[in-house]
Amino acid sequence: MILAIMLAVPLAGALALLVPAGRFLPGDAAVRRYGVGVSGLTLLLAMAAAVGFRPGTAGMRHEIDLAWAPAIGLRFHLGVDGVSLPLVLLTALLTFLCFVHLVRRPQAGGHARLLTALLLTLEVGMLGTFVALDLLLFFVLFEVVLIPMYAVIAIWGGPGRRRAAYKFILYTLLGSGALLVGLLLIGVNAGTLDMVELADRHGAGLSRGVQVTAFLLVGLGLAVKAPMWPLHTWLPDAHTEAPTVGSVLLAGVLLKMGTYGFVRIALPMAPEGAEVWAPGLGLLAVVGIVYGALACLAQRDLKRLIAYSSVGHMGFVLLGIATLTPVGVNAALFGNVAHGLITGLLFFLAGTVKERYGTGDLDALGGGMLARAPRLASFLTFAAVASLGLPGLAGFWGEMLALLGAYRPDPELPRTAFLIYMVVGGLGAVLTAAYFLRLLAKVTHGRPSAGLEGGPEREDAVPASPVDGDGGPGGREDEAGLPASLVNGGGGPEAREDEAGLPASPASGGGGPEAREDEAGLASSVAGGEGGPDAREDAVPASPAGGDGRPDAREGAAHFPASPAGGADVREDVAGLPSSAAGGDGGLGAREDAVPASLAGGDGGPEAPEGAARLPASPAGGAEAREGVARLPAPGADAERAEYAVWTPLVALILLVGLWPKLLLDLTAAPVRALLGGG
Amino acid sequence: MIQGIDYAAIAPPLIVAVAAVALLLADAFDVPGRLLGWLASGALLVALGAVVVLAAGDRRATFCLPAGLRGQGPSSCSYVADGFTLLFQGLVLAAAVIVVLLSVAEVAESRLPVGEYHFLLLAAIAGALVLVAARDLVTLVVALETLSLPVFALVALRRYDGRAGEAALKLFLVSVVSAAVMLFGISLVYGSTGAMHLDRIAVARPGPDLAPVAAVGVVLVLAGFAFKVAAVPFHFWAPDVYQGAPLPVAAFLSVVSKAAGFAGLAIVLVLGFPRYGHVWGPLIAVLAAVTMTVGNLVALRQRHAVRLLAWSSVAQSGYMLAPLAVGTDRLPEAVAATVAYVAIYSVMNLGAFAVVIAVKITDLGGYRGLARSNPVTAAALAFFLICLAGLPPGVIGMIAKIVVFRATVAGGVTWLAVVMAVNTAIGLYYYLAWAARLFAPAEEAVQARPIGRPLRPALAATLAGVVVLSAAPQLVLQAVTLAT
Repeated sequence: MILAIMLAVPLAGALALLVPAGRFLPGDAAVRRYGVGVSGLTLLLAMAAAVGFRPGTAGMRHEIDLAWAPAIGLRFHLGVDGVSLPLVLLTALLTFLCFVHLVRRPQAGGHARLLTALLLTLEVGMLGTFVALDLLLFFVLFEVVLIPMYAVIAIWGGPGRRRAAYKFILYTLLGSGALLVGLLLIGVNAGTLDMVELADRHGAGLSRGVQVTAFLLVGLGLAVKAPMWPLHTWLPDAHTEAPTVGSVLLAGVLLKMGTYGFVRIALPMAPEGAEVWAPGLGLLAVVGIVYGALACLAQRDLKRLIAYSSVGHMGFVLLGIATLTPVGVNAALFGNVAHGLITGLLFFLAGTVKERYGTGDLDALGGGMLARAPRLASFLTFAAVASLGLPGLAGFWGEMLALLGAYRPDPELPRTAFLIYMVVGGLGAVLTAAYFLRLLAKVTHGRPSAGLEGGPEREDAVPASPVDGDGGPGGREDEAGLPASLVNGGGGPEAREDEAGLPASPASGGGGPEAREDEAGLASSVAGGEGGPDAREDAVPASPAGGDGRPDAREGAAHFPASPAGGADVREDVAGLPSSAAGGDGGLGAREDAVPASLAGGDGGPEAPEGAARLPASPAGGAEAREGVARLPAPGADAERAEYAVWTPLVALILLVGLWPKLLLDLTAAPVRALLGGG
Repeated sequence: MIQGIDYAAIAPPLIVAVAAVALLLADAFDVPGRLLGWLASGALLVALGAVVVLAAGDRRATFCLPAGLRGQGPSSCSYVADGFTLLFQGLVLAAAVIVVLLSVAEVAESRLPVGEYHFLLLAAIAGALVLVAARDLVTLVVALETLSLPVFALVALRRYDGRAGEAALKLFLVSVVSAAVMLFGISLVYGSTGAMHLDRIAVARPGPDLAPVAAVGVVLVLAGFAFKVAAVPFHFWAPDVYQGAPLPVAAFLSVVSKAAGFAGLAIVLVLGFPRYGHVWGPLIAVLAAVTMTVGNLVALRQRHAVRLLAWSSVAQSGYMLAPLAVGTDRLPEAVAATVAYVAIYSVMNLGAFAVVIAVKITDLGGYRGLARSNPVTAAALAFFLICLAGLPPGVIGMIAKIVVFRATVAGGVTWLAVVMAVNTAIGLYYYLAWAARLFAPAEEAVQARPIGRPLRPALAATLAGVVVLSAAPQLVLQAVTLAT
């Protein structure tokens, strides 16, 4: 019963938001708090379901079994055991943290009400998938997540969101079609849809041909979701374009639905099929590990890198499953949870970084985050190290045990092949370490702004930034105003190619245009990152955005304050920003669409307290500092207390699970043995 | 010889037919046009009431062979009001009420002759009601033509519009050709089996020489129904006709006419030709696969709302055909699946048409920003489209898909199920693209579009139907199981 309530709470929460805003929860802030409340209640229910759970037992708990559509044998059958419980908790926790994150960091793009409703619906689907015990119910809930996640990506995503969202939903739906056929093949031939009974039968009553076909079809559907190489191509786009909460839930939970399905459905119900396809599955898993690692080495974008790392990590999970042994499957389930925690944390951090710096581009971020934002950088380092599988942290056990499982696969499987998989997988683990270390070397270590330019230019640039003399707190020049102005300068030339008409700021002479591969779009987001982290909401980036023609940016464009240099006036047209630093330099400021060079960033001053009117530092005034601008942290600022609230639970769990793996393994061991037929 | 007629059994079509003539006369005597629409829907509701009453009673049959002529054979009735018939009659009538409601505004705005319009519509509905009850080939053909002929005229009613005339002509030609083919098929079946009644054809055993002739006859009979349900290769009329016809007529064609066509197909296959399952089974499998694929692929490229719905309804015909591909293996289950899908599809598609008619936007681009101007209508359309795509939260659309998949897999036609799976993904794209447009910001500020008064109950009824069925799919599934 408690499971049904656990699903009903977020569902009712989502439905309640259909009530017009005028009558229920007016105002976005109230809706956000409501989201926290509903998901918090769901988390409490999930934890209540865990209370009294005795490790070492295999049976289902909190079972509920009602007829829903008897004509097709669809039953509302829920239950939780050691395999699903960790995933249920993980889902409830990550969703809750997402809402907590949203309270302090409202999602740019508005529609808080819709976002809350979608995330709650998503939660219903995710939780339901893990507790469903009827094949068709599983499928229905498996599909529930598609539309909400599509909408989350398509509405609040990055510049390439439409494409990414379509890719996501079409790929997964193609997989789901195959999954449905496979599930029905099992159900129709076995005469029941009850997952517990089917798992107990271990394929008895299903002919070998049916099992082989069913495993292929079910596996195909789940492998798209997992995702397994070469069916993963939807993943990098979706993860990169999705907003932070979308990425967290995608990587943290949605991928697990695929691997969970393997353990819960494919392996126990079609064991003969599993034996036939396991070597192939193992091969593709190992290819995924190596491919993911190599792809990561080539990534320049933080979120994309994390996305590709997921391909590698899920490769380990799939390798564990492919061994068909309790060790391997336990490893897979462990890896699932560990990856959910770590990648969830990584995406939260990546979202924060992108918010502060306006870019996820590794080169643009430059190095030295440890010096500029020590706490944020420490968290990033911790998450990266956990993800690369440092012993003692959660990521380690899943990978190690999966490799161990591959060393001694099921006796029916070709051992030599799995030994090779193990070796190659081990190499992949080393490569994983390589790319995360590269990430850390590029972003957290090094001298501040190493990625941009060297010293002399910096000195030139700093005075060019009006803020420093004006509103910037003393002594912070080279950390604060500097990246800002340089970044802008860097963006300038490129943007100009796009007819954005950006003048080169003095800094840009030395500023590394080569650091930009992006076009004006990037420049615009960079600019946004300076004044207020988000280009789209805060509207700082006016002019580059105008040149780019990105409607969102233009929509939000606010009048930029004139510079203290005074040469430029506040333009009335949307894109018309007075040049500031450049203005001091010469006639540049008169040009149309002039970019405010370093104004925004420098102005913002990294240490400016929240809520302080940072923007209109200039005497010209006239700036309309929006509410959102005032609330958001300054560029390059360090983590805030609110963000610790989101990160700390994940860090604690990563440590807990890493230092005490027995906790999780005990939970899964007994049910896994039962699922694999006591083997 | 004088036969007794069970008037209770034939009450639904009789009421509708009488009402049709009455409306034509009423128009001649200058009854206000607005009233005629309400009278028509009233007559349909009365007929629906008759169906409900009949459903409570026993199975009825009339126009049976007299005992003297029957010999040892089965009872051979031409008109049977059993569960299957009544289910479809109820479906047809309920859908027809919605169509009439949708028509009221259109008739006034397009300056259509009111009396003729409703007369033709009710005549076609009477044909559909008889079609689903017919149990011999002659009655089937007559009913099929009664359903088709008024529709030609309905399509052409907008006489000032060249496209309407072209559409009507196209429909007429395809229809005549398919009717001719079907009649030829019937003559072959009759020649080889010596029977017109389906229950006699089912038990007839033509000699080894004649069996192939009968098989050819069966295939040709299928052609007639393939036209009615717009299955490839008899689908070419659908997009042009839907676009050229008054929109409510397009809705009628895509829902009422199609449902009746599927009912007729199921009746013929199950009651008449089960012996030839090995012939028509694979044929329908190929037909279904090609129909859904062609329909979906072409729908991808549509920019016109009605044409998109036309192609999507072609694709949906493919899904409905799929379970029948099982041949004789588990046929009752397959028919139940098809019937369930037809019923659910009717609600979803009628809902989509209702919104298109209500907002009067034909270009897909025009739907941008509808969520701002008419939030409820836009949400309803989005829901209908998601249902048609078969994804949650449109649970009922998904259940319909599952039902069809299940019957197909159970019948051992797994390859067709896989083709269907791929098609579901293709179909999702255009439904979703349309739904996403509703929420996209519009280029210019959009004014809220007023929704006419008769349209509101139509919209509300379809929306309520989909929402209720999504929560309790058992309602329709149970009815179908009982009826088949």
